[in-house]
Amino acid sequence: VTEALPVAAASAVAAAGAESYSRIVAGLIRVTGKWTLAEECAQEALALALERWPKEGVPASPNEWLMTVARNRAIDNLTEAGAERGVLGELAALSLGETEPVGADAGSAAMVDDRIRLIFMCCHPALPFEARMVLTLRTLCAVPIANIAKALLVTEAVLNRCLTQAKAKIADAGIPNRMPSGPALTERLRCVLSVLHALFIHGHDAKGEPAFSEEAICLARLLQRLMPGQSEVSALLALFLFQDSRREARRDPDGRRITLETQDRTRWDADAIAEGMTILSRVSPEGPYGLQARIAACHATATSPKETDWREIAICYDELARIQSTPAIELNRAVAHSYAYGAAVGLALLAEARAGAGLDDYPHSLAAGVDLTPRPDDRLRRHIVTAGRHRRS
Amino acid sequence: MKYLMFVCTDSEPDTDREIEQDIDTWMAEHDACGRRLQSMVLSPKSAATTVRVRQGRLLVTDGPFAETKEVMVSFDLLECADLDEAIEVARTHPMARGGRLEIRPLADYEQVTA
Repeated sequence: VTEALPVAAASAVAAAGAESYSRIVAGLIRVTGKWTLAEECAQEALALALERWPKEGVPASPNEWLMTVARNRAIDNLTEAGAERGVLGELAALSLGETEPVGADAGSAAMVDDRIRLIFMCCHPALPFEARMVLTLRTLCAVPIANIAKALLVTEAVLNRCLTQAKAKIADAGIPNRMPSGPALTERLRCVLSVLHALFIHGHDAKGEPAFSEEAICLARLLQRLMPGQSEVSALLALFLFQDSRREARRDPDGRRITLETQDRTRWDADAIAEGMTILSRVSPEGPYGLQARIAACHATATSPKETDWREIAICYDELARIQSTPAIELNRAVAHSYAYGAAVGLALLAEARAGAGLDDYPHSLAAGVDLTPRPDDRLRRHIVTAGRHRRS
Repeated sequence: MKYLMFVCTDSEPDTDREIEQDIDTWMAEHDACGRRLQSMVLSPKSAATTVRVRQGRLLVTDGPFAETKEVMVSFDLLECADLDEAIEVARTHPMARGGRLEIRPLADYEQVTA
């Protein structure tokens, strides 16, 4: 233990907090089932570290120090409340030891990382979708309520009510703290990934960038590390990296949006793109996120809009349309085909989608997908505008 | 935990009729592991009567209190470890495809009054 300058100690607290906060909360929730207690104990540990570390020095194992303090707080609290011995014993044994990654046949794994259990709990389909996002941000990413409220355009009171109701539902309905197994795992993993995807694109900061993209990337990295056999997890992480690589190129100095085809591609983050490609090359990306990642990879690796592999993109959209037909996918599919095979092919697909009511009730038919899809040629664009305008007729 | 599973009709049942699950298999499976405690089938909703008392006066009316197209046809009392287990029990019930199921835990009386 060495004396530390206040600034150095504060940054040590921040670093240890970033690394271990969610693990502490997840561990305490697993053992006690008490969300508020878990969060309060973890926060108290951080507060105590901020007070002590500048005076006493940063401990040799900062993460374990935080866990010990939080765990002891929980033990004190529950002893007062007259908790069972079993729970107290389990609490005393809580540590931050690494757990093994979970294989594809995940159900059999006895040791599942507490954060994995918690993320499946936070993203349970029996909770309202917004609540899943808020719970995940609050509990696993420790995002302050005020920041979540600002990005999601709701008041803090509304958010707090949402959190209280979600926690009550978890307790009352018996939503378990465990990873699903068997066929349910694939379905439930899809739920988790859709929450991460929503976090990545939902809510915006002052500059108009998604407010929680870093949190989403961080959670996707964690899932990928702990569940390496799941190709959709890897694909989602790759998709995030490709989209995030354009962060710096997406706006002009005045904050106005620059479309994909006019962006300065030298400003794209080459490291992020390379990492995305490596991740993608290790899995067979056949699921919905896999296909979206393959499309994003085509854009990310093209030197210009013209040099883009539109045929590969068209193939991916065909497959996406087959597994989950949405207006955005149908529209982008038509655009991709027009670039790959000529406007006539794209127009025919668009007509087909409109005949099948595929574009009915599709709001913002132009604004959506702007980032991924370069503008189609004028003739096609006119048709898309018309399709958008007549969507209610 | 004890869950009451309401079995209801739905205006949009599953169109995929390939895998027909039958209720006897479902009952046998969940009786064997002790998850199905009890089941009751209701008479048609035309047999329902609604009773209210307002300012000391008895009001008796014909029919169920909620006028919806979807009706409850039966219910099952389940004993499950948690919601995920109850969802798995519901998944294989024939009416999960033919209608819809609502699973609702019984309130823990001791917890409610504490």
